[in-house]
Amino acid sequence: MNLLINGTAMDYSDSCRTLSDLMNRPEWSGRLIIVELNGEIVSKENYEITPLVEGDRIEVVHFVGGG
Amino acid sequence: MHDPLVIGGTALSSRLFIGTGKYSRNTLIPEVINRSGSQVITVALRRVDLTGGEENIMNHIPSHMTLLPNTSGARTAEEAVRIARLARAAGLGNWVKVEVINDQKYLLPDNLETIRATEILAAEGFVVLPYMSPDLSAAIRLRDAGAAAVMPLGAPIGTNRGLRTKELIRILIEEVNLPIIVDAGIGRPSEAAEAMEMGAAAVLLNTAIATARDPLGMAEAFRDAISAGRKAYLAGLGPVEEVATASSPLTGFLS
Repeated sequence: MNLLINGTAMDYSDSCRTLSDLMNRPEWSGRLIIVELNGEIVSKENYEITPLVEGDRIEVVHFVGGG
Repeated sequence: MHDPLVIGGTALSSRLFIGTGKYSRNTLIPEVINRSGSQVITVALRRVDLTGGEENIMNHIPSHMTLLPNTSGARTAEEAVRIARLARAAGLGNWVKVEVINDQKYLLPDNLETIRATEILAAEGFVVLPYMSPDLSAAIRLRDAGAAAVMPLGAPIGTNRGLRTKELIRILIEEVNLPIIVDAGIGRPSEAAEAMEMGAAAVLLNTAIATARDPLGMAEAFRDAISAGRKAYLAGLGPVEEVATASSPLTGFLS
């Protein structure tokens, strides 16, 4: 399944069915991240019930140093 | 001395807000927090780098701090609103520093877009602290839009040039019934003290501490300067005179 994550096309296996499946992958674990799916913020409680479909646009953001 | 600064219902005993950018290493941040006594700390929001290797800034910010996410990177009110909503979705409070910038040379804020963003976010229940160019009518509009404080710049971001906008900030302090927090440009503790002597409610600093040779020592210097400036403001400065007024008796020594 092709997803556009932070502007980069990524290919995930079809076992990645929900946002929860995606966010449980090691690259995101242990981080405080905030997720936007097709322009809408998805709260953590809703990751499991949010299905992913081919071509979804996902933004994953986090806090960085700033003034 | 009990002299809290109340913003958005939170009583703060420290009037020094600090940033988290530009440190040579982020492990300095907890110690800067300790030495500065600060209770409010800014962060920015960015895309996660998919190639990995980024450090998590939140590992260095103790949970007792009030987090003040900024909307840096926003060029319009809509972008600032989007960033603010994302920041709030992290579940770490509802404060936001609205920062809308179109000028890439001096990084001066766009007051008009800042007012629009403030209006939207305040209506959504955010505690909004807008970064602004010191202008009286803009500050009044920000207040009317629901800002919890206004944050005029002393000089362009990161310049350490000091309180260049002093006269305009003085007018905001006099005329706008909101906490006035000097944000950006302050380079020296004496400049922070001067802002506080004038009646600024607080000072927000990043570069001045982060780029000092010894950031921890500088954090403490700013803490002391801001505390001294605040005490001087509360004590009321003596009058300024054109000619000398003797402090000793005017009679001759032995006459």
